[in-house]
Amino acid sequence: MASSSSGKFFQNPVVKWIEYRLPVFSFIDHSLGSNYPAPKNLSYWWNFGSLAGAMLTIMIVSGIFLAMNYQPNAALAFDSVERIMRDVDYGWLMRYVHMNGASFFFIAVYIHVFRGLYYGSYKYPREVLWWLGVAILLLMMATAFMGYVLPWGQMSFWGATVITNLFSAIPLVGDTIVTWLWGGFAVANPTLNRFYALHYLLPFVIVGVVVLHIWALHIHGSNNPLGIDTKGPQDKIPFHPYYTVKDAFGLAVFMIVYLGFVFFAPNFFGDPNNYIQANPLQTPPDIVPEWYFLPYYAILRSIPNKLAGVIAMFSSILILLILPWLDTSRVRSGRFRPVFRVFFWIFVLDALLLGFCGAHPPEGWYIVLGRVATIWYFFHFILLLPLLGWFERPLPLPTSISEPVLGGGRAPAGAAARSMEKR
Amino acid sequence: MRKLVVTLAASAALLSIAAAPARAQEEKLPSPGWSFDGPFGTFDPAARQRGFQVYKEVCSACHSMNLLHYRDLEDIGFNEDQVKAIAAGVQVQDGPNDNGDMFQRPGRPYDAFKPPFANDQAARASNNGALPPDLSLIVKAREDGDDYVYGILTGFSDPPAGFKLMDGMNYNKYFPGHQIAMPQPLTADRVTYADGTKATLEQEAHDVVTFLAWAAEPKMEMRKRVGTKVLIFLLGLSGLLYAVKRKVWRDVH
Amino acid sequence: MANSAQSATATHGAEGTRRDFLYLTAGAFGAVGAALALWPFIDSMNPAADVLALSTVEVDISPITEGQRITVAWRGQPVFIDHRTADQIKSAREVNIDELRDPASDQSRVKKPEWLILIGICTHLGCVPLGQKPTDPKGDYGGWFCPCHGSQYDTSGRIRRGPAPLNLHVPPYTFLNDKTVRIG
Repeated sequence: MASSSSGKFFQNPVVKWIEYRLPVFSFIDHSLGSNYPAPKNLSYWWNFGSLAGAMLTIMIVSGIFLAMNYQPNAALAFDSVERIMRDVDYGWLMRYVHMNGASFFFIAVYIHVFRGLYYGSYKYPREVLWWLGVAILLLMMATAFMGYVLPWGQMSFWGATVITNLFSAIPLVGDTIVTWLWGGFAVANPTLNRFYALHYLLPFVIVGVVVLHIWALHIHGSNNPLGIDTKGPQDKIPFHPYYTVKDAFGLAVFMIVYLGFVFFAPNFFGDPNNYIQANPLQTPPDIVPEWYFLPYYAILRSIPNKLAGVIAMFSSILILLILPWLDTSRVRSGRFRPVFRVFFWIFVLDALLLGFCGAHPPEGWYIVLGRVATIWYFFHFILLLPLLGWFERPLPLPTSISEPVLGGGRAPAGAAARSMEKR
Repeated sequence: MRKLVVTLAASAALLSIAAAPARAQEEKLPSPGWSFDGPFGTFDPAARQRGFQVYKEVCSACHSMNLLHYRDLEDIGFNEDQVKAIAAGVQVQDGPNDNGDMFQRPGRPYDAFKPPFANDQAARASNNGALPPDLSLIVKAREDGDDYVYGILTGFSDPPAGFKLMDGMNYNKYFPGHQIAMPQPLTADRVTYADGTKATLEQEAHDVVTFLAWAAEPKMEMRKRVGTKVLIFLLGLSGLLYAVKRKVWRDVH
Repeated sequence: MANSAQSATATHGAEGTRRDFLYLTAGAFGAVGAALALWPFIDSMNPAADVLALSTVEVDISPITEGQRITVAWRGQPVFIDHRTADQIKSAREVNIDELRDPASDQSRVKKPEWLILIGICTHLGCVPLGQKPTDPKGDYGGWFCPCHGSQYDTSGRIRRGPAPLNLHVPPYTFLNDKTVRIG
């Protein structure tokens, strides 16, 4: 059915004229249209990739409109943001959309990553896809960090000071690097200017890496909740209309939560201190990064040595790059790995615990908790996963996606599934 | 599905603690409840105007309001002529004139609220080294800012026995460290309200906080109004899209 | 488009119409939502409140003597305020309107004959014409002379010679009293 309706489309003379010169329409059709086959059993956990893409778009559009009124100068920046909030038509909306959009971009991406961790989406043959994802995460973190400096509030300034100072931990060249980063002897106007330039640039670099990410995905297609390869057309359905519709629904629900915060709790994720203009002579009582950095902040602070702390912090993300080899299990999906499943949820709790510790001053119980959580984090990747892969006895895998589902069945055998083979 | 709910609940609990880092506060802030609380809250217009009167007659002697302009007062119920009159009541600096001199002239609606001091240094010199903060964003710049400012204004008292109060400082129940450089600014009948409301300390504090909450975010009411419409629309759209999804997927399930 | 993957029976009959109606409604809802979402972005590019607040300027004209011209800034543009002499008014009104490139009577360009208020931007390519200072060239018609390409304006600011197509524009203004005029 799909190909006959798209067939009519492709007979249109205007379409044919363009197609002959630049095959955009068939490209779209084969990449997310009715001619891109996807596993038919993807759950709602698979919505978060497109949700992340939607958030990237929203961030770029709202960012460009903010840029029309923002002044990247230390003397003017704070007031220019308040001018946007008060005097520019719907400026308050642009600002709150962009501010909360950062949080929801990270929410979508973190869920997307944890989906990958649970279902083994990083395993053969998707290792490069996974690496591109790590690259996107790192670029997002750099972009978000620099973006938070731009309003030039107290947290903007002091957060920038603390994090850029980390680089002084590098032996021999550390201080030179920090001076070079700052463009001066402290975080000041030159720092703000260059952060603005880079903050405007990096999202477009992210777009480029996302293109590679989707290209890599389309070589072997999506993973699926069962973690087994699709065996043939009977296991697949066309992306359009099935997943376009499901993604549209998921987007609408996500927008309800996101815009709920934008309109009714726009400062929930923020820090009141950032409504005070940056003052280089007065440090706020507690310096806290935005919530999406809290786990890494906790890891950084849990190690008493400055350089070791910095290395541990970066390692906590870079370790993801070797995850395909650390996890030795032949089974992809956590659904068939009963022991791994338990440890996965412990890992989720560990990540939340790290975030919790990062939010509090490193005193008393928080220090102990933070160190335990940090140790567990690295234990999970370096020791647990390799050992689990060797010693765990996985549940028996179904032979294929289309075979009658084990327990909790949906379609009985022989359901008239409208699959790709009937084309 | 259950795992999802449990994870969401756990993350919400942890995030809500994480997202609002604890402030060292021994006394719990008073929470008198505000007309602008909640998703449908609005600024009580009478309280807001009374609060402006309190700011103008008491607070503006030391505290600037740099992010407000006189034209913004049309938002709180003054018409164009009243705004012009309020602005014209102050002298602002302008210039240079054709001789190269700066000069004073009556304020105009497009001027920002005139600050009490020319700069921070002058402010500190007049206040024993302490800088009275600008009040444009004070309600957003403090945790539970509305309750906090109300608490500060109503929280002056004699220090408890054994408390060492430094020279020139005043004891306040809710200010971190309990010693604040500002002497108690509001007392009963400190202002005579234009609308005849009895000016108790609590009333004055309540009204000025309402005014300051508006000053921190003049667009709050519009934000909530637009938000209600957007969310209702999205609920409808989600319902429709869910129906479409179920229809499209019927034969695969 | 959206009518793929249905069993044969569903394409026809009530089931098909209900399905199409649902898709149509959802699509329409989505399109309306997208258009409504677009509006705040477009509106944010309109002049902001602080720009609009500066859209008028009040000028004290009492110190301007007869024959004197001053320039004030309004919306980022120069505005010429000319306290005309009786001779200048006379010569402006003696001109044959039909000979003008951009016909307009002097009466139609002023509210009070002794006050000529013009936007000081040449209608050719946007230079600021000379003539405000007593030492400036004023051209052959006693008004203004644009040095960029030689346009000449008369004592009513009308184009008389040179490449400019139109008379100098008259901005909106109101006399608040004898001493003050509000431009814009």
